[in-house]
Amino acid sequence: MAIRAAVNTLEYNVALCVNCGRCSEACPHGVFAPGSDAAELVRPEACMECGACQQNCPTGAITVDSGVGCAYAMIMAALKRSSDCGCGPKSSCCS
Amino acid sequence: MGANSAEIRRTTSKRTPADRWDHFLARWGVNRLGHRVEPGLYALGAPTPDSPVFVTANYTLSFDALRSALDGVSAYILVLDTEGVNVWCAAGKGTFGTDELVRRIDLSALGRVVSHRRLILPQLGAPGVSAHEVQPRSGFRVEYGPVRAADLPAYLATGKATPEMRQVTFWLRDRAVLIPVELRHVFLPTVVAASVLYFTAGALAAWGAVAAVLAGVVAFPILLPWLPTRDFSTKGFILGALVALPFARAMARHGAGLWFGIASAGALALVMIPVTSFLALNFTGSTPFTSRTGVRWEIYRYVQVMAAMALSGIMLAVIVLVISLIRG
Repeated sequence: MAIRAAVNTLEYNVALCVNCGRCSEACPHGVFAPGSDAAELVRPEACMECGACQQNCPTGAITVDSGVGCAYAMIMAALKRSSDCGCGPKSSCCS
Repeated sequence: MGANSAEIRRTTSKRTPADRWDHFLARWGVNRLGHRVEPGLYALGAPTPDSPVFVTANYTLSFDALRSALDGVSAYILVLDTEGVNVWCAAGKGTFGTDELVRRIDLSALGRVVSHRRLILPQLGAPGVSAHEVQPRSGFRVEYGPVRAADLPAYLATGKATPEMRQVTFWLRDRAVLIPVELRHVFLPTVVAASVLYFTAGALAAWGAVAAVLAGVVAFPILLPWLPTRDFSTKGFILGALVALPFARAMARHGAGLWFGIASAGALALVMIPVTSFLALNFTGSTPFTSRTGVRWEIYRYVQVMAAMALSGIMLAVIVLVISLIRG
């Protein structure tokens, strides 16, 4: 059984955290939890790269290469040699 | 614009039969991007300047989920223009985003309607919004409410979202409602493929194709958490094999002669299994938990395998067909 090289692209620099609590508020998978001095990265493997934490981190302590985990969109993008599409009017793909 | 945009429309918490019909059509993907609500500010019940303000997308299913969850609550609802796309997908695209939120606050003159400066956003809108940018640009402080609108009464009562309310779920019901739209996507290609197979390879092969597709778009979403392995493709291989097995067995008995039967059965299974698996892989886009890195990994690892299986199955079928023609 092969081992997955990288599950996701989430990176957290605890030194930059100001403990505002936004990441644990925004994350829909409980990846971050409130800590006493700084946010704690408790379930990194559950990250789906939606980008909510990064978007709402005021100090840039969190980075993630966010995008839509949609195979159809990615295959279509690869065939058309364009970048990955998202959901919606211009590139309707996901439900 | 201008005066028109600043008007406050009225709404209720009731779902009318017309709303339900609209939801039904939306679930079947009819007029996909036409299920829209006019963007702007809405008054629910009898709101005062102190009433809470909820923000949502201009997709009927999103707007209606919010207003019906707020039965008995007086509030304002600020509808962003997301081009008829739900909160989560619009946030991913950025149309449910900081810019549109700030613009809509301005257009609706929200600052003059309410005395407080607090907005409650759906948590799944967070990938598109930077709360810390909204405040300096609009004066309003963003608060992320629960993931599900149904949890809003409890959230309003305590002022806090519990960890459970913050977690996205994907229960059987959530998965089952996606089946109609999936069916609609595959309907035409399936009918064409099954018809071609019916006249070239027979009824059994045609029904096999239909079964492989239904396994991918109906059985897969239902069985998702119970299928072994983590990758969607391998879950699809397993489900595809289970569905292909009875068809392959019937095909083997059908064939004239042992080797002929085995070859026909093998060809059928080699085509059916990757069809189910590919559809299963495509379901990643409908789930709220697959990451782009994970899906990319699956594509690189399994799509070639699927293509190789299908191609060798088709070649085998052609060989069987040619031999059977030669034999007469």
